[in-house]
Amino acid sequence: MSDLRRGRSALLLGLLLSCAVARGAGPVDVFQFDSAEQEARYQALVAEFRCPKCLNTNLAGSDAPIAEDLRRTVYRLLTRDGLSDKEIRAFMQERYGDFVLYDPPFRPGTWLLWLGPPAFLLVGLLVLWRLLRQPPREPLSSDEAARLQQILAEEGAAGPSGSGPGGTQP
Amino acid sequence: MSGVSPGAAWRRQRGISRVSLFVPLGLFLLIVGIGYAGFKLNDPHVLPSALLGKPFPDFSATLLHEPERVVHRDELLGEPVLVNVWATWCPTCKAEHAELLRISARTGLRIVGVNYKDDRQQALAWLRRYGDPYEYVLEDPDGSLGVELGVYGAPESFLLDASGTVVYKRVGDINPRVWRDELAPQLARLGVEAGDV
Repeated sequence: MSDLRRGRSALLLGLLLSCAVARGAGPVDVFQFDSAEQEARYQALVAEFRCPKCLNTNLAGSDAPIAEDLRRTVYRLLTRDGLSDKEIRAFMQERYGDFVLYDPPFRPGTWLLWLGPPAFLLVGLLVLWRLLRQPPREPLSSDEAARLQQILAEEGAAGPSGSGPGGTQP
Repeated sequence: MSGVSPGAAWRRQRGISRVSLFVPLGLFLLIVGIGYAGFKLNDPHVLPSALLGKPFPDFSATLLHEPERVVHRDELLGEPVLVNVWATWCPTCKAEHAELLRISARTGLRIVGVNYKDDRQQALAWLRRYGDPYEYVLEDPDGSLGVELGVYGAPESFLLDASGTVVYKRVGDINPRVWRDELAPQLARLGVEAGDV
């Protein structure tokens, strides 16, 4: 392995490590859980909900006071009230609407959101297919080649004032 | 060959009609339109309330002025009421306060406050100093009533009809423009005397 490559690997490793640190740097609440499984469910839920105040942060990653309140609410629903994940999702959605869910439910109001990207992919594939399907252009026949030469010669004689591409020859 | 432009010949050879030349322009305008609607017409900071058209949730809360008295949802029923979530730490609430005072002085609308994540002494001092537009003020020191209401900041206001259904929600301050364009028409529908404001 050359020095250059080793240096590059070290840089990459450093970048990855800094990402890992940044990911763990969210706000810290002190909660007691009955089991590791319960804590894992809590962590998954607060990572899943979107903070209502901050447009693109989840509850786990936000310092906003409302995110703190909602984390505490999720904790309470999970430990004291013993709600299932599904019930907690319903609780949040009843109060804060689809906004708190990063995956909104499939409804008449959201079908464009869900079907838009596959539709664009489909259109792209269709265009690609049409482009690939086009037969290669046939080479000019000898008659056509001769006529082309003739036209080019005439254009050359007429000088640069001749009509440009797209113009109609009288 | 004469009379046919090279462009037309090129299109014919490739099986492209004149109209289809405008497809890219159309797509471009479509994307611009969606972008305009998405970014300009929709304020992403304002969540549509999940409570709209639904009954105001049941709650029990103590009163700011009478901490020993507990109030429930029933006390909001009977006639339309404006529930206003406010706090002394919220600058916009201060801007809104004058308008609430004006509304309470000039109309027959009941206004009930929710003192959201605030300090009681500071809240009482604020009402003494700036005036009190509220019939009474509910206390929500830890924001749990706020969570029930889907509140994510202050000020926020809910308009309830006589049966306790949320008919209107405002995120942000109630100012003369909001009163004129949104609240007053809603109140007229509910039959509340809106006065000459």
